[in-house]
Amino acid sequence: MIDTAYLIAFFRLAAERLEDARVHLCTLDGQVGDGDHGTSMANGFLAVTLRLRMVNAADLPPDAVLREAAQAFLAEVGASVGPLYASGFLSAARALAEGPLPRRDLHRLLEALAEGIAQRGRAMPGDKTMLDAWIPAAQAAARAAQTGKDEPAIAEAASIAASRGMEATATMIAARGRAARLADRTLGHVDPGAASAALLVRVLADLAQDDAR
Amino acid sequence: MQRFLNNPDDIVDETVAGFVRAHGDLVRLDQGNRRVVVARNAGQPGRVGIVTGGGAGHEPAFMGYAGRNMVDAVAVGELFSSPTAKSFLDAIRAADGGAGVAVLYGNYAGDNMNVRMAAKMAEAEGIEVATVVANDDVCSAGPDERERRRGVAGEIFMWKIGAARAARGGTLAEVIASAQKAIDNCRSVGVGLAPCTLPAVGHPNFQIEPGTMELGIGHHGEPGMRVAPLGRAADIATEMTGLVLDDLPSPEGGRVAVLVSGLGATAMNELYVLYDSIATAIEARGLRIGRTLVGNYFTSLDMVGATLTVMALDDELSELLETDCACPALLHQRRA
Repeated sequence: MIDTAYLIAFFRLAAERLEDARVHLCTLDGQVGDGDHGTSMANGFLAVTLRLRMVNAADLPPDAVLREAAQAFLAEVGASVGPLYASGFLSAARALAEGPLPRRDLHRLLEALAEGIAQRGRAMPGDKTMLDAWIPAAQAAARAAQTGKDEPAIAEAASIAASRGMEATATMIAARGRAARLADRTLGHVDPGAASAALLVRVLADLAQDDAR
Repeated sequence: MQRFLNNPDDIVDETVAGFVRAHGDLVRLDQGNRRVVVARNAGQPGRVGIVTGGGAGHEPAFMGYAGRNMVDAVAVGELFSSPTAKSFLDAIRAADGGAGVAVLYGNYAGDNMNVRMAAKMAEAEGIEVATVVANDDVCSAGPDERERRRGVAGEIFMWKIGAARAARGGTLAEVIASAQKAIDNCRSVGVGLAPCTLPAVGHPNFQIEPGTMELGIGHHGEPGMRVAPLGRAADIATEMTGLVLDDLPSPEGGRVAVLVSGLGATAMNELYVLYDSIATAIEARGLRIGRTLVGNYFTSLDMVGATLTVMALDDELSELLETDCACPALLHQRRA
């Protein structure tokens, strides 16, 4: 189930992976932005894990876990990333308001996350943002579920789509955020927000595989 | 370039710490948030609170404008990066005296999102919040899409005018109207001669070739209108003045206030060299110059360059601009 334990495991593994990717993401961001994306993401997810421990998240319903994660981002991460992920988590919390979701419905979590991010950032697909990884991931998960794939295959399809979406941002010209002010100077560079989003979807796929073993 | 640094990752905390120690007569750190600087007299009952905030690296902006009859609380972000929504919220709380809070800030994606989220949270606590978004940077978008323009040094005039209205007992709606009028009457342009470097990155993320200048550059090195050969100061000043005045609404009575700010690594004497030609160009249009500020008022780390801001004045703006204030970046007393 996509429940409290699943979300806690996700945030824990995501925080570890983002810590490892901190320098790589900062380097990507240094090419088109101010070089702090790795710091923002790693610090933000670390703040989430600390907060989840502090509030004994294991005893909370899954939507409350996501609301706590949003609060951690609002308190610790500024820039654009802070409010974007906070809004994504709050939107995802609404998708879990009725309780846990079956793992096969991963797309509902991803769609809600992408919708929250899109509403806050007012970005569209193709604007060279994190949405160019999140939206294909949600679509691929929905397609895989419709065609009867098993849970690890659904999450794997989402991860592959997110990575392709991330790679495609190199061919796009930034239309949103700080990078937009560099416009065509951004051509040829992968968007750092899409890169961290693809990393997060990879975490979901790895969790699904671990559980299937 | 050689720098005064400890650990580059600590630079913002250390800047805020030094700032608060140096200017303890006017400001203090917020009790619960080390990224919020609060004026000593913030939160006066019945008075509209003034809040701003933005990324670090623009010192003395933004925190240097916290003080008496100026900004009440300032949220401080990482270098060139919006403060958190929580910091804006804590600044709003610190500035609140029960009469509402005006958040006067610049038009950047991160700041827009964080202020909106903070305003929503403050309103849930019963604090009335209204905003003005500065968009004085002429070269950041065309005149037909002014809502996309960035806020730059004109924010200083916006804060000054909004805070003076609050000091005179204005309601939240009146403070917002005055601050909006101030920024609507401001136009700015920047010229960059050499890029700036974020200490933790170690290299500039944009280049300005030797012998050239970037006309219309933004406060974080955003590309300007065009790259041109570096000309004489008098010619640069004339071109800057033309860009600003051509976009400015005609001032009632022909009076303007002028602000020339260095971008961090330009010597003060060069700013006066520029100002001399700027004043000539302004007066050549038949305008009279009132209050003038020349100095490092709103910088961009170690960028070489300068910005020009002109505010068209009317009686209300003149009166509010001359209201006494005291903040670390600006000691302003009524002329005799």
